[in-house]
Amino acid sequence: MAGPDKRRDGTGSRGSRLLGAGALVSVAALIVLAFVATDADVRTHPTTGEEFGQFDAVRMLYLHVPLAVLMYVAFVVCAVASAGVLLRRTAWWDVTAYAAAEVGTVLCGLVLVTGSIWGRPVWNTWWEWGDVRLMTTLVLFLLFVGYLALRRTTTDPRLQARRAAVVALVAVLDIPLINRSVVWWENRTLHQQSTLAELKIEDLTLFTLMFGFLAFGLVAWWLLVHRFRVGWLEQAATDYDVAIALAERRFETSATDLDAAIGRRDNREDPV
Amino acid sequence: MTPLASMSGRPVVDVRRFLVDVRLVAGRDLWIEARSRVVVAQVVPFALLVLILFGFALDADQRTLDTFAPGLFWVAVLFSALLAVHRSARLEQSDGTLDALRMSGLAPLALFLGKATAVFVQLLALEAVLVGGLLVFYGVEVEDPVLLIVAGVLAGATVASAGTLYGALASGLGVRETLLPILLLPVLAPVLISATRAFDDALGVAAVDGWAWTGLLAATALVATVVGALAHGVLIED
Amino acid sequence: MTHAGYLVAGWGISLVVLGGYALGLVRRGRRLAPRVPVDRRRWIDSPGSDRG
Repeated sequence: MAGPDKRRDGTGSRGSRLLGAGALVSVAALIVLAFVATDADVRTHPTTGEEFGQFDAVRMLYLHVPLAVLMYVAFVVCAVASAGVLLRRTAWWDVTAYAAAEVGTVLCGLVLVTGSIWGRPVWNTWWEWGDVRLMTTLVLFLLFVGYLALRRTTTDPRLQARRAAVVALVAVLDIPLINRSVVWWENRTLHQQSTLAELKIEDLTLFTLMFGFLAFGLVAWWLLVHRFRVGWLEQAATDYDVAIALAERRFETSATDLDAAIGRRDNREDPV
Repeated sequence: MTPLASMSGRPVVDVRRFLVDVRLVAGRDLWIEARSRVVVAQVVPFALLVLILFGFALDADQRTLDTFAPGLFWVAVLFSALLAVHRSARLEQSDGTLDALRMSGLAPLALFLGKATAVFVQLLALEAVLVGGLLVFYGVEVEDPVLLIVAGVLAGATVASAGTLYGALASGLGVRETLLPILLLPVLAPVLISATRAFDDALGVAAVDGWAWTGLLAATALVATVVGALAHGVLIED
Repeated sequence: MTHAGYLVAGWGISLVVLGGYALGLVRRGRRLAPRVPVDRRRWIDSPGSDRG
């Protein structure tokens, strides 16, 4: 009540600052774990004694695997929220769906990039057409790029929410079909490497991987929270502008009536 | 949303009236298309043009064309389907057509199925012409006509359902022309893969089990139609 | 260390993109916040009272 809030903070709150600090610290710790504490993946062939494995490229997985799992989590959140939009029709679900989709798409892009960079030394190719997960992820990325493009169009917000919800649900329903078709399609290349399964998983390796989930989980959570708040502000700002415009129209810009109209939404603001 | 719900006042669901509605919508769309001749004069020539451009791009090597014919065929179908879907969606946009249809007591499901059927019929005609194009320009031979037809029908049904849904979804947006492809084409990725594989078998290009792929196409067609019908109802209400 | 270039590229791109995205979000929030009355920001329990 101490006059207009002049703080520069827009989407921050005590909780989110704590979350952000936690995310930064744990990512820093993850870097130490991934690059200093853990060993490279070097195995020795039992008969020839030759060294093989992923060597230091394995350190990419502490980044890549958590991002991939969190991407799926984000898209599941988006699908659930989209179902919420259709069932409940409230702005909360809509803003959540949009936030999850945007965060998920950023993560998805990074998953593709880090996977490609990891694949170059390990699979000896930037792009492996025969890999199911890779192709499914790519189509998923394109689906959500389309979703975000739809979101950027302007139309009646309630219709927009419903349209976006349908697109998100169709995208998620499409995943099993894409996956199945790519699994069969891929069989003709006879190229399937379950590279993760053959890693020698030591305690520290496993711990680092799990810690990666925690660190990037906090990052993703922070992003989701702030993206939600940005979306919420966007919607509130539009509502507010519309309310003012309506009030101006209705009361012929009578100053007192305008204040009364705004005051109904915002009675804490000092009227003087 | 369903004929059941929209006719709740009646004692039983009037299936016959529902089918009449579907035929009415499909007939209207097809009649408008037939009158404007855009499909015959532009969409089909465009699809053939795409086939021929692939021929130029691939250096007119008959064996290369033979090998890639199924994939090129389906890419040409998808591109042309975008045009057909655009036209189909635009019909509902002019001068409150949708409001009029809603007021007429037409079941939303009948609207969706009718529009999808009209696109489906156009796609089948397009596919038939394009198969002719493959035979003439690419020199392919049909080894399993039944598989070819079944796969073509199922893939066409999926594209028509998904296309009708996304056409309604993108309608009324200023950027529809550019938005529709990036929304629709990724969704149809499984169809492209499955239909291409089925055609590989039907045209004897590659040793794959075309009927297994056709099974996947059938599942896709079913999902597309059911989801399309449900979602279309959500989109056009109020 | 083997594959140092790949590792730097992969981790670098990821951290830069995530950081840039986070920064962009904060900026968008700050730009929007003045247009919205405090009581419409649901994450602030009591306007003007919280500090962080």
